[in-house]
Amino acid sequence: MNTSKDYDVIIIGGGATGAGTARDCAMRGLSVLLVERHDLATGATGRNHGLLHSGARYAVTDHESASECIQENMILRRIASHCVEENDGLFITLPDDDIAFQSLFIDSCQKAGINAQAIDPDYARLIEPSVNPELIGAVKVPDGSVDPFRLALSNVLDAKIHNADLLTHHEVTGIIRKGDRVTGVELYDHQTRAKVSYHGKIVVNAAGIWGQHLAGLAGVTVNMFPAKGSLLIFGHRVNTMILNRCRKPANADILVPGDTICLIGTTSERIPYDEIDNMYVSTEDVDVLIREGMKLAPSLATTRVLRAYAGVRPLVAADDDPNGRNISRGIVLLDHQERDGLSGFITITGGKLMTYRLMAEWATDLVCRKLAVEKQCETADNPLPGSEKNDFSVKSATRKIYSGSRVVQMSAQDRHGTLASNIASSDMMDDAMVCECEGVSIGEVNYAIKELHVANLIDLRRRTRVGMGTCQGELCACRAAGLLGEALEETVQAKDDLANFLQERWKGMYPIAWGETLIESQFTSWIYEGIYGLKPENN
Amino acid sequence: MKKDTFEPYNISDNDFEQCVKCTICTVYCPVVLVNPDYPGPKQAGPDGERLRLKNPDYFDEEALKLCLNCKRCEVACPSGVKIGDVIQAARIKYGTKRPTLRDAIMANTDLVGTMASAFAPIVNTTVALKPVRQIMDKVLKIDHHRIFPKYSGEKFETWYRKHAAAKQDGFKKCVSYFHGCYVNYNFPQLGKDLIKIMNAAGYGVKLLEKEKCCGVALISNGLVKQAARQARHNVRALQKSIVENGHPVVSTSSTCTFTIRDEYPHLLGVNNEDVREQTELATRFLFRLIDGEKLQLVFKKNYSARVAYHTPCHMEKLGWSIYSTSLLQMIPGLELMQLDSQCCGIAGTYGFKKENYETAQGVGQPLFTQIEEADVDCIATDCETCKWQIEMSTTAKVKNPVAILADALDIEATQALWQQQ
Ligand SMILES: Cc1cc2nc3c(=O)[nH]c(=O)nc-3n(C[C@H](O)[C@H](O)[C@H](O)COP(=O)(O)OP(=O)(O)OC[C@H]3O[C@@H](n4cnc5c(N)ncnc54)[C@H](O)[C@@H]3O)c2cc1C
Ligand code: SF4
Ligand code: SF4
Repeated sequence: MNTSKDYDVIIIGGGATGAGTARDCAMRGLSVLLVERHDLATGATGRNHGLLHSGARYAVTDHESASECIQENMILRRIASHCVEENDGLFITLPDDDIAFQSLFIDSCQKAGINAQAIDPDYARLIEPSVNPELIGAVKVPDGSVDPFRLALSNVLDAKIHNADLLTHHEVTGIIRKGDRVTGVELYDHQTRAKVSYHGKIVVNAAGIWGQHLAGLAGVTVNMFPAKGSLLIFGHRVNTMILNRCRKPANADILVPGDTICLIGTTSERIPYDEIDNMYVSTEDVDVLIREGMKLAPSLATTRVLRAYAGVRPLVAADDDPNGRNISRGIVLLDHQERDGLSGFITITGGKLMTYRLMAEWATDLVCRKLAVEKQCETADNPLPGSEKNDFSVKSATRKIYSGSRVVQMSAQDRHGTLASNIASSDMMDDAMVCECEGVSIGEVNYAIKELHVANLIDLRRRTRVGMGTCQGELCACRAAGLLGEALEETVQAKDDLANFLQERWKGMYPIAWGETLIESQFTSWIYEGIYGLKPENN
Repeated sequence: MKKDTFEPYNISDNDFEQCVKCTICTVYCPVVLVNPDYPGPKQAGPDGERLRLKNPDYFDEEALKLCLNCKRCEVACPSGVKIGDVIQAARIKYGTKRPTLRDAIMANTDLVGTMASAFAPIVNTTVALKPVRQIMDKVLKIDHHRIFPKYSGEKFETWYRKHAAAKQDGFKKCVSYFHGCYVNYNFPQLGKDLIKIMNAAGYGVKLLEKEKCCGVALISNGLVKQAARQARHNVRALQKSIVENGHPVVSTSSTCTFTIRDEYPHLLGVNNEDVREQTELATRFLFRLIDGEKLQLVFKKNYSARVAYHTPCHMEKLGWSIYSTSLLQMIPGLELMQLDSQCCGIAGTYGFKKENYETAQGVGQPLFTQIEEADVDCIATDCETCKWQIEMSTTAKVKNPVAILADALDIEATQALWQQQ
C-alpha cells in the first residue's frame, strides 16, 4: 500500500462504527483508509448481544435512543437483510413484576414510533413455546437479531467496492500532529512487526472504548465510562422470538436467538479503564445469567452452555463530569477543532451497534463539511453487498443437490447472502464440510481466505462461523488450519495459529466448563495434544 | 415437565446436546458405508437438529429417509445420544410428504394381511409370478427382486380360537402372547411353537384383547397418527393383561417388542411406563425363569444341529441377543456360532422399496458373505424381516430361536418335572 498517499480520511477502528464510516465516506467519493489493530469486529462489535433493538427497551427511560433505534431498525431490515433476522420480540410480565408497568411501556413505545402490541399470554405461549409459561402479560415488538460480524464485514466490503483501503492487524501507536493539526497516524504492523505511517486530511477516532486512549495520543481528553457486560451462549436455539422482561432494564433479562445459538445477557458492571483489555467472566456473572435466564425460558436450565464472554460498552462520560456519573447512552460526535482547538481530528463513539449507520452518517457529514464535499448520504438507501434483492435461493435451485451440500449451501447463503454465489460448489470436494456443526464447506473457507481479509484462523471464524458450533473447533480447527496453511503457504506458523485458535476457544469455555462442555474440551485436548502432538509452547 | 433447577448435564430432547462430536456413530452406521448420499447419524442427527431448530428448512427429507432406524448408532454412541430417535422424530416433526400408495399399503400390515390371508393361495401365486413382480416394481416401486413373504391360509388368531384357547385355562400361571402380524398372517407355526413351549413349561398362553399391529411400519412410512392410535390401543390391551390380570406379555418378534417398549414413548409420545418392564421377548422370559431356577427344560436326546445366530439391529439395541443365544446353547447337540453383529439391510419395509434396493443389499452384503461361508444347518434370528432378507439373499434357511427350541424340546419330560410337584 502507498504510504506517501495523502488520504482524505483515515478511520481508526474496525468495529461497526468505523466500518460504517469507511463505507459512508467512500460512497461520498472520499479516499479512505480504515485501520484496525486486530481484526474486524474484535471490539464491542464482536462482543455484544446481537439484538436489533426496536427501541422498546429504552422507550420508558430514553425517548431519543428509542426513536433512533426504531428508525435504524427499519433501515437495517432493508439494507442489511442477510445480517438481520426479523424475528420480533416479546416483553413479558412475570408474576413478580408489576403489570402496571405494561401500559406505561406501551405508551412510551408508541410515542417513539414503535409498534408495541399487548397480546394474550396464551397467544404468547403459542407463538413462542419456550417462554416461561407463568407469564401474566406479553407485549409484541419489532425486535430482531443482527449478526455483528456480517454487518461489519459487509460495510467494509462495500467501502472497498468504493475504493477504500483496509489495514487489519495494524495498531495506531501515535497520532501525527503538525502544530494544532492532525495529519496522520503511526501504525505498528502486528504481522510483520514493522512501523509505518500514513497521512490524511482528517483522522476519525472510531475506536470505541479505546477512543479515550487514542484521544490521549492526539493530546486531547475524552472520558469513557467502561461498563462491562457478560453473556452466555447456549448450544442451540431454544427461542425464535427475542424474550425481554417488561420492567425497568436489569441484569440478564434478554434472550436473543442468533444463527444456530441463543444468548442470554447481560450483566453490567463499571470497570476501571485499565481493565478494558482483560475480559473475563466471573462465577457470579454465570450464576446471575443462568438464574435470571431461566425465568425467561425455563428450558435454559437443561440446555448446554457453550461459552461465556464479556464486552465493554463504549459509553461516554459527559465533559463536565469526569467521575462518569452523568453518562450518555446516546451517540457522541466530537469535533476536536471546536472543542479542543485541534483540527483534522474527530471522535465518533457511544451509541449502539444498532445505530452504527446513523453514527457513521453524522461523522461523515462532519468530515464532508470540513472537506467541503457536498454529496449526500446514501447508506440508508443502498443495500449492503450480500443483501441485494435476488431470486437466488437453494430451494429454487434446480440442479441436483446431494444431501451433504444442501446444508452447506443453505448455511453459506445465511452467512453471505447473495455473495454466496461466489463460493465454489462444483464438486464434492468443494462441498465437503470443514465445520460440521455450522455447515462450512471447503469452498466457503477458500472464498473467505481469498476475498474476506483472513490472516489467521480466528479471523476465519468471524467470517464463516468455523469453530463456533457445539464442538468449538474439535473437528474443524485442524481441517481449517490445513486449508489456511496451504493458502498462505505458511505451514510453520500454522501450528502456532492452531494453538492460538484452540486457546481462544478454551477461554470462552473455561467459565462454564462443566458437563458436556468439559468433556468436549477434554476430548479436544486429547485429539490435539495426544494425536497431533500440539504442545503448550506452540501458544 | 417443569424444571426450576439448573442441570449441569443437559437433558435436551433425545439428549442431542450430549453429543461430543466423536463421530463414532457414523463409523457404525451401515448406510454410510454403502450410500454416499446419506450424511450419517452425526450430521443427520444431533448436528442436523441444531440447524433444524434454527430454520426448519434445513430438514432434508430425501436424506433422512435413507436412515434404516436400525439404532446401531445409538448402541455405539458413548454419550447416550438417541441419534436414531432424533432422526425419526425429525421426520415426524418436519416431514411434509404424504406417504405414497405403496408406502401406505406396506405400512398397513394388518389390513393387507387380513385381505391376503383370505385369498392366500391366489395372492401367493400371483405375488410370486414374475410379471406381477415386474408390475409391482413399475407401479408400486416395490423392487422386483423381492420375494414376498407367503401368506398363510388360516390366521394364527383363528387357529388359536379353534384349537388352543380352551386348553389355556387349565394352567395356574399365564402369559399373554403378542404374536404380531408376521405370526398372524404369514407364519402361524411360530405361534404354535411358542404355545407348545410355554404349555410344556407350565404356562397358559392367552391372546391380548384385539391386538393391533405394533405400528413399526406405520412409523417408518410416516403414518404417525395412525401408529399412535394403534399404540394407545395396544397399551390399553397390555395394561389389561399385565396390570389387571397379572399376565406378563411375551413376544417372538424383536421388532414388535422394541417398538412397544421404546418407540411408543420416544417417538409416539405414548406412555407405557406401567407395562414396559413386563413386555418382553419370550426367549428372555424363559431364560430368566431358568436362570432363577424356577424352570427346567428337558431336551431330546438325539437332537443335533449346527446353528449360527444373527443379531438383528433391534436386539443389538435392546442388548438381548444374549438371552436367545444362551437358551440355544442349553440344547445339548446344538452347536452355536455367533455371526458378526451387522445389519441385514432390510429394516422392515425399507428394503422392499425400489429406491432402497441397492442400499439394502449393499448393507447386508458382508453378512450374506459370512453366512454363505459358515458351514451350518440353519441361521437363528429373532426378527422376521431379517429372516426374509437372509432367505432371499442367501441359500440359508432361517429359524426363530423359539422354533428351534420347540423342535429340540422333550415336551413330556419337561412337563413331567413340574407336574410331579
Ligand atoms: C455486553 C454488550 C452487549 C451489547 N448489546 C448490544 C445489542 O444487543 N445491540 C446493540 O445495538 N448494541 C449492543 N451493545 C453496544 C455495541 O456493541 C457497541 O455500541 C458497538 O459495537 C460499538 O461499536 P464501535 O465500532 O463503536 O466500537 P468497537 O466495536 O469497540 O470498535 C472499536 C475498534 O477499534 C479498535 N481499536 C482500538 N484501539 C485501536 C488502535 N490503537 N488502533 C487501531 N484500532 C484500534 C478495536 O480493536 C475495535 O475493533 C452491547 C455492548 C456490550 C458490551
Ligand atoms: S439408525 Fe441405523 S441407519 Fe439410521 S443413522 Fe443410525 S446407524 Fe445409520
Ligand atoms: S457417537 Fe454420539 S457423541 Fe459421538 S458423534 Fe455420534 S452422537 Fe455424537
